[in-house]
Amino acid sequence: MVLPAPTEAPLVEARRLKTHFTAHRGLPFARHTTIIRAVDGVDLQIRQGETLGLVGESGCGKSTLGRSLLRLAQPTSGQVIFDGSDVTAADQDALRRLRRRMQMVFQDPYGSLDPRMTVEQAIGEPLRIHGLASGDRRRQRIRDLLGFVGLDPTVGERYPHEFSGGQRQRIGIARALAVEPDFIVLDEPVSALDVSIQAQVLNLLDRLREQLNLTYLFVAHDLSVVRHISHRVAVMYLGTFVEVATRDRLYAEPLHPYTRALLSAVPVPNPAIEKRRQRMILKGDVASPAQVPFGCRFHTRCPLAIDRCRSEVPALEEKRPGHMAACHLVEAQTEKV
Amino acid sequence: MLLEVSNLTTEFGTERGVLTAVDDVSFDLAEGEAVGVVGESGSGKSVMALSIMRLVSRPAGRITSGRILFEGQDLLELDEAEMRKIRGGRIAMIFQDPMSSLNPVLTIERQMTESLELHLGLSRRQARTRAVEMLQLVGIPDAARRVDDYPHQFSGGMRQRVMIAIALSCSPRLLIADEPTTALDVTIQAQITDLVRRLRKEFSTSIIWISHDLGVVAGLCDRTIVMYAGQVVEDAPIDDIFADPRHPYTLGLLNSIPRLDRPVTTELVPIEGSPPDLVNRPSGCPFQPRCPFAVARSLEERPPLEEIRPGHRVACWVDVTKVLG
Repeated sequence: MVLPAPTEAPLVEARRLKTHFTAHRGLPFARHTTIIRAVDGVDLQIRQGETLGLVGESGCGKSTLGRSLLRLAQPTSGQVIFDGSDVTAADQDALRRLRRRMQMVFQDPYGSLDPRMTVEQAIGEPLRIHGLASGDRRRQRIRDLLGFVGLDPTVGERYPHEFSGGQRQRIGIARALAVEPDFIVLDEPVSALDVSIQAQVLNLLDRLREQLNLTYLFVAHDLSVVRHISHRVAVMYLGTFVEVATRDRLYAEPLHPYTRALLSAVPVPNPAIEKRRQRMILKGDVASPAQVPFGCRFHTRCPLAIDRCRSEVPALEEKRPGHMAACHLVEAQTEKV
Repeated sequence: MLLEVSNLTTEFGTERGVLTAVDDVSFDLAEGEAVGVVGESGSGKSVMALSIMRLVSRPAGRITSGRILFEGQDLLELDEAEMRKIRGGRIAMIFQDPMSSLNPVLTIERQMTESLELHLGLSRRQARTRAVEMLQLVGIPDAARRVDDYPHQFSGGMRQRVMIAIALSCSPRLLIADEPTTALDVTIQAQITDLVRRLRKEFSTSIIWISHDLGVVAGLCDRTIVMYAGQVVEDAPIDDIFADPRHPYTLGLLNSIPRLDRPVTTELVPIEGSPPDLVNRPSGCPFQPRCPFAVARSLEERPPLEEIRPGHRVACWVDVTKVLG
């Protein structure tokens, strides 16, 4: 995998993006409102042809961030720019036109397909909505798409329940590709699949990206999978990025203590390595986006935290060339050699 | 041997016909040993565990043949009352979803003391003391107070710790864990596997650890059993299964997962196709339709699980080391 050459403007950009939800909790007469800061000030750029991996634990806001980029979740503040257009400010008409170019593939291949729609109807729906093809042309396009994602082109008349999880995920991918998008948010696309099937879908996604010059945001909790598919990786914790770097840099020299803890927690299928491994085991649970700690959000679980971490928010800064981290304890060494 | 499973077969009646979930499975488990059972969904690993516990749901499911010798006694010959004495006592089980086995309307104290009174004959007061000790042992902060909480007052990781505390409270000889960390975040999974590694030494309990994650098994177990379509296809010491896998399915699994211990450029080689229909099984070897090594005999005859060297058993007509050179 070769990193695409930097172009002047990224295809997708988020600026100080925040998506908050309000939740009403407690019993009647004792209700209180909590603000859940799912995405809380994210800056990101994704270049044309690039796969940005987005990792973090449950509740860190990674899925909400993906949805916010497509405005499937309504951002509270900040901006999303797609190919020069402001997605956050677009009216319904403009948004519909933008959505043709931005698609999403969901985790659950069981829940994301309507059980009463045939495969042909499911893949044909976006074509119909966007008025892209009708009649025989639509049918031919659906057959082509099915073949393209490695399914038998003649299965159009069948229903989702007749397919396995991996095949359903291929149908979901064909549906996303139907409108010839430029950018796809893949939200945990292989997490629900068995390991032998995961590889099939990962290879398919990589092939499609190269052939169709697609740009991906690949959201996942599995760090091994993200390493395999991404050019660059962003690590998210409680609504913010704690580290962003090229894939090779991030896995070779993780700078943020959270990234280091995540990587050290990933089990490796190699007993020799596992036996002598020193794990950095984090204490406590993943904190809640409804109660964001003061200072560095990670300080409550960080084994290295100092006083400054409890009071001052660390900025996401370039600590090494092309390698950003948000941690008071990481010295910047950015001079080019 | 603590446990000797031989020729275990468990079937389910379905609308389409008889589904053989566990198909003639045999394996042993030594005192103090931890064996990992890996395989994909539908491989029969969970049903195999439920069969040992005699928890296969009836009337749809039933154990049609086999023997499960536990401490010399055939569990399949016990009546329900005798079996109830063993469950939660000599054999304990933990599940992926702790809420499925915790009672939401009882405090943790009540759920723990119940089995301690039943299996160990403790008084309520002794049982409560033991319950608090167990919660402390699994790392529940403020255990003396939290013992009076209800399951929903704990986070997912803490609930799994409570489950482990309950499971180990009667000092079982055998702990069966069915994907206990699958639903947890990776940092919480590391806490739990670390805890189990520690407790295993302390309690010298034998473990059957069911998982689809080869990495977790590599870090926790002495031996691995690989299941496919209800059958054991390979059974080997932990170092062998990863360094010298002999069944094409095991090889396929190891080459299809992205691994942090391999160069990032390593190509993923998927296993093509999907697992077989367990109602209409393919002839011969169940892996044959997806197997790049299959020979004529694989289509006709099911390969027996044979020992290729002490402790390493494989069910395959082909010697993959010769094919791969």
